[in-house]
Amino acid sequence: MNLVIVGLNHKSATVEIREKLSYSDEILGDSLKALCGSYGVNECVILSTCNRVEISAVSSDIEKGVWEVKRFLAESSKIPLEELDEHLYVHKGQDAVRHLFRVAAGLDSMVVGEPQILGQVKDAYGNAVHFDTAGVVLNKLYHKTFSVAKRIRTETRIGAAAVSISFAAVELGKKIFGDITGKTVMLIGAGEMAELAARHFLNAGVREIMITNRTYERAVELSRTFNGTAIMLREFPHFLKEVDIVVASTASPKFIIKPEMVREVMRERKYAPMFFIDISVPRNIDPLVNNVDGSYVYDVDDLENVVNANLKERSKEAGEAETIIDEEIDVFYQWVKSLNVVPTIIALKNSFNDIRKSEMQKAFSMMNDDLTDKQRETIDAMTVAIIKKILHNPVQHLKREADTVDGDFYIEASRKLFDLSEELDKQKKAQNSED
Amino acid sequence: MGRVSPYPASGSIGRNNQMSLIFFYITVAVYIVSTVLYFGYLTTHRERLLDFGKYALIGAFSVNTITILGRWMEAGRTPAASFHESLILFAWVTVGLYFVILYKYRLSVLGAFVAPFSLMLILTASFMPKEIVPLAPVLESYWLPFHILLAFLGNASFALAFFFALMYLIQNHYLKSRKLGGTYFLLPSLEVLDEVGYRCISYGFTLLTLAMITGAIWSEYATGNYWEWKHRQIFSLIEWLLYAALLHGRLTVGWRGRKAALLSTAAFCVMICSYFIINILAGGAHGLLR
Repeated sequence: MNLVIVGLNHKSATVEIREKLSYSDEILGDSLKALCGSYGVNECVILSTCNRVEISAVSSDIEKGVWEVKRFLAESSKIPLEELDEHLYVHKGQDAVRHLFRVAAGLDSMVVGEPQILGQVKDAYGNAVHFDTAGVVLNKLYHKTFSVAKRIRTETRIGAAAVSISFAAVELGKKIFGDITGKTVMLIGAGEMAELAARHFLNAGVREIMITNRTYERAVELSRTFNGTAIMLREFPHFLKEVDIVVASTASPKFIIKPEMVREVMRERKYAPMFFIDISVPRNIDPLVNNVDGSYVYDVDDLENVVNANLKERSKEAGEAETIIDEEIDVFYQWVKSLNVVPTIIALKNSFNDIRKSEMQKAFSMMNDDLTDKQRETIDAMTVAIIKKILHNPVQHLKREADTVDGDFYIEASRKLFDLSEELDKQKKAQNSED
Repeated sequence: MGRVSPYPASGSIGRNNQMSLIFFYITVAVYIVSTVLYFGYLTTHRERLLDFGKYALIGAFSVNTITILGRWMEAGRTPAASFHESLILFAWVTVGLYFVILYKYRLSVLGAFVAPFSLMLILTASFMPKEIVPLAPVLESYWLPFHILLAFLGNASFALAFFFALMYLIQNHYLKSRKLGGTYFLLPSLEVLDEVGYRCISYGFTLLTLAMITGAIWSEYATGNYWEWKHRQIFSLIEWLLYAALLHGRLTVGWRGRKAALLSTAAFCVMICSYFIINILAGGAHGLLR
């Protein structure tokens, strides 16, 4: 299969290069058509995101495909190819399939496991379908890619670990409370960070938000945006027993939540757990509060550590994802090989039959009336038998070798030896018109 | 009703137990495989190993079932007379109950505790005398299988509650120390562990109560006394009081979370110790074989 992927990403090129190469929605259609038209590629998909631009293409010849795609990239970005070339990576055949699987699963992303890339790959393919530049091979390849990415998401926890501080706080909350919906959050201090954390908790489905602040007006203002309750700062301890999650972010130079206070509250709550998030520096919550049974205190540094632990866990999951990719490549290649060998055999038989027919035509026209119908039939049957016998061994070998490592080589050799490209083109056209 | 044994008269020592023994050793092997797979999951975090561990545990459970049925047919009586038989039954009930829990809660990782626990029981069984001992016909009654099943279901519930308590303590340790890693990512949330652990204890308590009632009725039929202050009965009472206190504390003064987990662990340790001590010292279930 003559699949190539040529492109660049955040690792291989700086943002100055990447922005020159981006294909916006307006020019995407023309670009796709140009690639398949004037650059002579059979099928193509253009994936263009802020971190990567890459083109998957299928062409009649691998090296020609690589060259054409590179030429296209250089000409459309107006960067001389000599300069652009050092930033480009090239993946061919099986290597390209693996690359695409990894990209779609988020393994090649800046933040490993991030989920947006799959949607972007889907859009890229959707555009190719819309502009009719995806054929048999890319259709199959992309559908396979989506199912592989989905399998990796369900069978590994690659997307599960949180990588931003606010998100990590929400995830921690889920590990403590199980279900976070129906919990109550109290913001002590209504700064920007607290607001961000509150938004994350609201997205996760907390029931109620209480806001307390040194200037009460600010608390009231924020309580309107979140549809919460504003509380006077001096009165907040009275409400603590109703609160499951506390986010502290005041500028107070001393601790405003102390162990004795929490112990008292815990007794009133019948020891239902509490989660304290201290994003203020200097800290607002005495770290000794963590020693009270059922209360968990995390400051900014702790949350940073949680983010790192999450990232480490993700890279572990990545190993598992690679195993899945290996398996799926095997499955995909079974299909690719069967795809190659069948049309090759048909093309081989057709081209021999064409020769037979034209030579018979010549011979019969020379002998014009000297032959009876019976004799014509006999000669016809004989030539058919000759071709059948000649082709018997090559066809058998092709079928057998198609599943082996050298399969592509045998198929390629047969195509060259018998000059089958014209025949195959004819078949492809017939198939396309069927589609 | 109940005084007449529904089974043929018990045989003498040395009845053929070859078939069930073969299955017994297969059971040991499959439990080992399952335990290894689960431990592999805990260290590598590969989801695939969790599935394989579960399949192996299903396999172990099936062979365990065959072992018990075989033993039942060979002995011609409820196979819970010797310590060997009792341990096999305990392992079987625990795994069975795990699958029931799994149906409702999908906490597959619990298997990583159930498999080694059952393996431990089965391995202990392999060191105990395996011959089929006769049971005095007077002890065999309709009540016996019910009593045994209820008692083991109760104990298995407490075992599962203990696993949840262990998981709670592990998870609590990670969250308190603020150093996340290892099994933190594999275990469920504290709230879930606390809640399901509590449910296991309340089910276990109900079953234990029923087991003690059926035991008393059985004792009345067999010996004419409801209660004889035998070791087994005394320890059952202690166990019952411990779990009753635990449940009471939870409902009234809010013993939950870490405190509940520690108490559940302690109560389970008392239970498992008394189980081993009574069986080893007295020989056979309840020391009734002497």
